[in-house]
Amino acid sequence: MVWGPVKDQITISHGPVGCGQYSWWARRNYYNGQTGINTFGTMHVTTDFQEKDIVYGGDKGLDAAMRELKGLFPLANGIGVLSECPVGLIGDDIEAVSKQVEKDLEIPVVPVRCEGFRGVSQSLGHHIANDTIRDHILGKGGILEEETPYDVNLIGDYNIGGDGWSSRKILEEMGLRVITQWTGDASVNEMKIASRAKYNLIHCYRSMNYICRHMEEEYGVPWLEFNFFGPTKTYESIRKIAALFDDTIQANAEKVIEKYKPVMDAVIAEYKPKLEGKTVMLYVGGLRPRHTVGAYEDLGMEIIGTGYEFGHSDDYKRTYPVMPEGAVIMDDATSYELEEFTYRLRPDMIGAGIKEKYNYHKMGVPFRQMHSWDYSGPYHGFDGFAVFARDMDMTVNSPTWDLVRKKK
Amino acid sequence: MKILDHNELFQRPEYLEQFENKRQFEGMAPPEKVREISEWTKTEEYKELNFARKNIKINPVKACQPLGALLCSGGFQDTLPFVQGAQGCAAYFRSHLARHFKEPSVAVSSSMTEDAAVFGGMNNMLEGLENAYALYTPKMMAVFTTCMAEVIGDDLNAYIRSAKGKGTIPEDLPVPFAHTPSFVGSHITGYDNMMKGILSTVTQGKKGEPNGKLNIIPGFDTYTGNYRELKRLLDIMGVEHTTLGDISETYDSPTTGEYTIYPGGTPLADAADSVNGVGTIALQRFSTAKTMQFIKTEWVHKTETVTPIGIKNTDAFFEAVVKITGKPIPKDIEDERGRAVDVMVDSHPYVHGKRFAMTGDPDQLLGLISIIMELGGYPAHIVCTNGDKKFKAQAEELLSQSPFGAQGQIYTNKDLWHMRSLMFTEPVDMLIGNSYAKFLWRDVGTPLVRIGFPLFDRHHLHRVPIIGYQGAINIVTSIVNTVLDELDRETMHTASFDVIR
Repeated sequence: MVWGPVKDQITISHGPVGCGQYSWWARRNYYNGQTGINTFGTMHVTTDFQEKDIVYGGDKGLDAAMRELKGLFPLANGIGVLSECPVGLIGDDIEAVSKQVEKDLEIPVVPVRCEGFRGVSQSLGHHIANDTIRDHILGKGGILEEETPYDVNLIGDYNIGGDGWSSRKILEEMGLRVITQWTGDASVNEMKIASRAKYNLIHCYRSMNYICRHMEEEYGVPWLEFNFFGPTKTYESIRKIAALFDDTIQANAEKVIEKYKPVMDAVIAEYKPKLEGKTVMLYVGGLRPRHTVGAYEDLGMEIIGTGYEFGHSDDYKRTYPVMPEGAVIMDDATSYELEEFTYRLRPDMIGAGIKEKYNYHKMGVPFRQMHSWDYSGPYHGFDGFAVFARDMDMTVNSPTWDLVRKKK
Repeated sequence: MKILDHNELFQRPEYLEQFENKRQFEGMAPPEKVREISEWTKTEEYKELNFARKNIKINPVKACQPLGALLCSGGFQDTLPFVQGAQGCAAYFRSHLARHFKEPSVAVSSSMTEDAAVFGGMNNMLEGLENAYALYTPKMMAVFTTCMAEVIGDDLNAYIRSAKGKGTIPEDLPVPFAHTPSFVGSHITGYDNMMKGILSTVTQGKKGEPNGKLNIIPGFDTYTGNYRELKRLLDIMGVEHTTLGDISETYDSPTTGEYTIYPGGTPLADAADSVNGVGTIALQRFSTAKTMQFIKTEWVHKTETVTPIGIKNTDAFFEAVVKITGKPIPKDIEDERGRAVDVMVDSHPYVHGKRFAMTGDPDQLLGLISIIMELGGYPAHIVCTNGDKKFKAQAEELLSQSPFGAQGQIYTNKDLWHMRSLMFTEPVDMLIGNSYAKFLWRDVGTPLVRIGFPLFDRHHLHRVPIIGYQGAINIVTSIVNTVLDELDRETMHTASFDVIR
């Protein structure tokens, strides 16, 4: 999730074929570039472990594989080695292989120990990935022609359906210079130069707070959490971000809000009457269980339940204050528990993932995927809110739900 | 209100400007260098380099064993698939199948973590079986493994016996299992292993009076339409039959306002009684080899393997049904054959002489090679990532039977990046493959007919059968209309923009 979107790096699913196959371009981390030539985001590259690799180890094969890749893709600016379960279990030394290949090929080669059995959830993978950015990339060279007082990093935005781009647009209109986007549409160079920014602006706290803390300690780059879901939170965040800078930026911020407010008001005028009072239950990951609440509320909708797949206590601390009185908050719910919540809370719509989606279709409960935006998006920023509003309307108010002949 | 989503939004000038401005921070190669490398990847020299690689797969067309095991287990009634391993695996298989079928996909996982890596996965399995049984009340649990359980050497047989011995799950609950290492074979191997595991478990001690029924084993077939088509055809023939591993309801269930965890599948009593059938027909060879070997030696009844894709193959299927059941082929089916042939004759001018690139699973590819040759097309580049030597030999034998097979080359253990080189250096007119083949469509510009698995980016194709005579009609329809769509695009500004084709 963290390394995959880095577009000019070749990310190897190191191990058997399945993991890479099932995650192949499923996350929609949009990027610009020519795939297979200077960018590699929509490709599935795997060492495809066979029995002999388990018995004799996969290090030699990995070494040869990376050299073959550099031959075929000379414009690759890095290689990531993402280990699958067997790699850790058989005791391969991917660090040693990576170090040697990095030296020979003269591009960063990052070994990532993200075997699926480590930790209780994908959350540890985010942490491990952050640590590898710290150890192998950040601050290690990179080109940045000049520095300005307005240089910021846009952190924890994976550019799903273009989310990062619609967020970047706002920051740039405020007069800030976004020097890196992590990691949606990121390049290896952007991963290197981030330590030279004046501020880290972080959207997904869960997946990238680690590197922000590191940059603060090591490079003195302060960080700020913001929320670009829905106009209310976006205005709030714009002002919060502007307060870090001088009067010019603060004046710009007001101008940006002034410019977009009528547009947002028009979106709300169009969609709020269709959505007012509708209740929502969410079960997602990362920042969404809390960060999208304001966007729903802007449309007059009410969140009656929310939950994290892999939340930590600091996520819950950030969640309680934004939830309305009486809302249910759940942690790591099973399919069975979610169903029970649905029967008891009777939400008008549910936002969760692909594994839940079709269960709710069968139940005739309006449903939207809130990981992939159901192949829509962006949902971030002003441009994203219009799409969000349209999509929630089509979810709740589709006439297809009325065709379901429910048993009494 | 006009809302612009990603499809249009990012083509607007303000975003194009943003992208251009972002380049200064990206540190990537200049456009002329990108163009130069791009052209180079289309050359013969690049193809040689590409085909010389031995240690890396790029865009392979195969998944891993447990996915096949999951599909197979879902084909049995009230059966809960149980994944012994780390939790992400189960999430991956379920997402993958849900995206293809646009249906719920059910599995539980024993969620093994570091402690299981050290002490083995027995505790996870015992607790997992107990919890899953209590929560989801299955009548059968089908257990299969992921990499982790295989690498640390979990002994499923012993664990299941221990669970029953301790009373964690009832003694009489059938718990078939299969070892399905992801680093051996592919999803079709896993299907085979699980099917053999299930059949050997449920039929144990059930040998008795012959029931006169025909067994069908579909193999790793992700077309729910095929299962329904098969049932329709055998019903027309009046052949009593049992489809073993029937996913047609599991992965194509009605929306009724109620979610059911086990919406369908082969009734367990029928599965148990299959040992007493008159014979078994497998509709795929490479995903059922071990199962069919088991049936041949243990059940001692007639077996046939035939994939009814295309006219001749469907003929062979009905011959096999006749051979085993003794039932004649009714006029209705003869008429269907006639209609399918009619379709092929009508459409042949747009397919004759066209060169095809194709990718997919071995059995499906054999069927597609056959129907393309029947239409007068030339199968050219045939890439089968999970094909073995036996497949290669069989495919080459098939190609040698027709003059239209003369241009065909079989590439096993190769991937879509190899295919890209082939399509640039030796162009073809048409491409057949799954949704991921759309990257080839984009890079090379060759029109794509979507047949195979997974089909993520077009809706409901898996509900339309590709087997039997009706399946042949459906395949020809999609091929010929793809050709015609392309022809319209190519001729839209010329006099050749015909309204009658």
